[in-house]
Amino acid sequence: MPRPGFVLEVDRSTPPVLIWHGEGFRLERLPADRSRVVYAPEPLAPLPDPDAAIRQALLEPLGDSAPLPDLLHAGMRLTVAFDDLSLPLPPMRRPDNRQRVIEAVLEMAADAGVDDVVLIAALGLHRRMTDAELRHALGDRIFDAFAPHGALLQHDAEDPSQLVMVGKTEKGEDVEVSRRVAESDLLVYVNINLVAMDGGHKSTSTGLMSYRSIRHHHNVKTLQHSRSLMDRPNSELHSSAWRIGRLLGKHVKVFQIETTLNNDAFPSQMAFLQKREWEWDVRDRATFLATSRGLDVLSPTAKRSIFNSILAPQAMTSVQAGEVEAVHASTTLALHRQQLVDVEGQSDVVIFGLPHVGPYNVNSIMNPLLVMCMSLGYFFNFYIGKPLVRPGGVVIVSHPTPWAFHPVHHPSYIDFFEEVLSATTDPLQIEKVYEERFATDEWYRHLYRTSYAYHGVHPFYMWYWGAHALEHAGATVIVGGNRKAVRRMGFKPATTLADALEMAEDQVGRDPTITYFRCPPVMLANVH
Amino acid sequence: MSISEVRDRLGAMGRLGNLRRPSSLRDLPFPLSAPTWPTSVPLLPKRSAVGVNYDTEWARRYPVRLARAAWTDLLTRPLVNAVAQPSVEGLDRFEQVVGPVIFAANHSSHLDTPLVLSVLPEPWRHKIVTLAAADYFFDTRLKAAYFAFALNAVPLERIKISRDSTSRARSLIADGWNLLVFPEGGRSPDGWGQSHSGGAAWLAVRSGRPIVPVHIKGTGRLLPRGAKRLYTGETKVTFGAPIIPDLPTRELVTRLEEAIAALGDEANTDWWSARRRAARSTTPPLTGPDASAWRRAWALGPSPKDSARRRSPADEKRWPPKP
Repeated sequence: MPRPGFVLEVDRSTPPVLIWHGEGFRLERLPADRSRVVYAPEPLAPLPDPDAAIRQALLEPLGDSAPLPDLLHAGMRLTVAFDDLSLPLPPMRRPDNRQRVIEAVLEMAADAGVDDVVLIAALGLHRRMTDAELRHALGDRIFDAFAPHGALLQHDAEDPSQLVMVGKTEKGEDVEVSRRVAESDLLVYVNINLVAMDGGHKSTSTGLMSYRSIRHHHNVKTLQHSRSLMDRPNSELHSSAWRIGRLLGKHVKVFQIETTLNNDAFPSQMAFLQKREWEWDVRDRATFLATSRGLDVLSPTAKRSIFNSILAPQAMTSVQAGEVEAVHASTTLALHRQQLVDVEGQSDVVIFGLPHVGPYNVNSIMNPLLVMCMSLGYFFNFYIGKPLVRPGGVVIVSHPTPWAFHPVHHPSYIDFFEEVLSATTDPLQIEKVYEERFATDEWYRHLYRTSYAYHGVHPFYMWYWGAHALEHAGATVIVGGNRKAVRRMGFKPATTLADALEMAEDQVGRDPTITYFRCPPVMLANVH
Repeated sequence: MSISEVRDRLGAMGRLGNLRRPSSLRDLPFPLSAPTWPTSVPLLPKRSAVGVNYDTEWARRYPVRLARAAWTDLLTRPLVNAVAQPSVEGLDRFEQVVGPVIFAANHSSHLDTPLVLSVLPEPWRHKIVTLAAADYFFDTRLKAAYFAFALNAVPLERIKISRDSTSRARSLIADGWNLLVFPEGGRSPDGWGQSHSGGAAWLAVRSGRPIVPVHIKGTGRLLPRGAKRLYTGETKVTFGAPIIPDLPTRELVTRLEEAIAALGDEANTDWWSARRRAARSTTPPLTGPDASAWRRAWALGPSPKDSARRRSPADEKRWPPKP
């Protein structure tokens, strides 16, 4: 029976706790009697037979949807869209959930005699996936059957000939979607819901639309009013995505399939990363020492290469299919079963240790903007109710924050960092003055469409992702980061955690209360 | 390198901070020593990695099976043949049976398991798991690893009924492994057999696999319980006809006891005499005469130890006698 997550009140008997630091980790002793550590629930038991569960979900859909076989018939146009490489994290061992689900869908399509089937990676404004990444997500059988015939596509949000405007929502939001999707008889969307933000109408309204549509929910105003991004009823971003998705649903029949994973994020050789420190046995301690000492002597490139090769043993814990909103409601409950931890009240300081990977640097580099997005965007938003830190409190982040960018994946990030952040760090000002120029830049557009680059506007979204935290917190301190890079973003650099805590006292007063959010594995703080 | 040198080096690397000089390993900081346990967290019940919890999965992987086959055929069998000089009867009685089966034998010596494994023909010999007492064979990591490797032993809880033990045994049968069990639950304390516990019969009923009764004669005299040395001599292993588990567990226990006793009678006399006594329900019980302790001991005859100490007639005539 997996143990639920819990909050440890730190006292003098508490051993040092593990804090992630990019491609590494450190052990830190937290101040006794005023610190607490939030630990994630242990991984739930996986589905005993995921393939049978998928088949059952397709045959017994939720909401007002008919079973999938009843929606399939010869002569129809079927489009199967799926989440891109930003999910799950770290990438999971094969077979990926997408492979299992899409194979089941294709089996039914084959039985129904459907010939016109196209698969689309729902990239949104993310970079294109390489063949190896597609093969990993979909499996060899699907890749070899569809890719050579041009039936495995990647959504291109900048191809005017392949986009179609289907209308505007009641709030004036443009709904411009992939032409193939708009002209399909049925869209099957296959999700991996790693966090509560994923799935629902957000899948289609982000993954299969153009910049003209996405900008309506990816902007400073919606993100400042998404409290939090992981709590859909209180997220302005999701409200906009829901309006757009509902309008799309009036034009195209959407059959949504959502899957959840347990939080078994690291292989057994690195079990100590998921264990509570006082339960570390000799093997865990030896592995920690060997790993951390080994990493100390490696170059950043070698470390990245090692960490990027980690495949998570995560396993499917639920699968839901049918009408989008009914499916998403059920998926959210399943996610909460795995991720929710009750936390009492806010603290003066919150500490986040960032791991090596986030949604936008799979097989890439976590550059300073992604550090900002991961800490103030994702980690800060892993809450329901109230943030873990009080208004005006301090966010302490542990990450090397190198002044390093992947030149192929993140070209516009480089210019954003050099040009925009050197002028201002105010999200509203950035949006007003710079966004459109980057979003419509021909060179970035070219790289996004033909290379493996994120869209020109993507670094802006990274910055907006932290807009709520920037507004809420009094200061952000980054421990162990490149001082120049940290200062460029308007944050304070600190050499050690002790230094950072002293700096925090300048902001919140002496002996502040501290919450350390020990993530990963992914969890969601239900702050009362 | 001394502990203090380790500490100094790590301290110089900025890993341990300003710490007092440790005098023992326990004084080293975490993670060099074990972590402290937060007072607010209740202690977990300790789950031992030995005993019934010992994981023997590794011993059934192919490389280990190959090594054990070599160990059994090249070392154990020649040794057993040299020490116990076994003769074998009744192999033809179960050669038509399709495995897996449960071999159930009487038990009076540590020699019993290697003896049965040595005399079993292929394919049974290298596809058999021995259920061994968790508290005796698996109480330390070293012993557990040795018996898991050499005998393909898996731990069996014999002090109390354990769901883990029984479900493990059932899953082994489901995976196609034959089992060797000693329903008496331990070696004989006095050389006579003991009444059976129901484990073997229960497993047979639950798994639907037949039980092959086995009688082992003579090992109790070569290496009895508590013996400090091993004697050489002759032994005899008699296999019986498989018993189909179509009876309730209690009745199957009784039938298995009777079958092994009949095999013991057969080993001491001949098949036809034993068969007739079995038909008249007059088979001598393996548990020995229902009499006082000395008479039970007396009925076993002289032990090898006594025989070894007895001087030869030539010695008795010599003067002065040998010391």
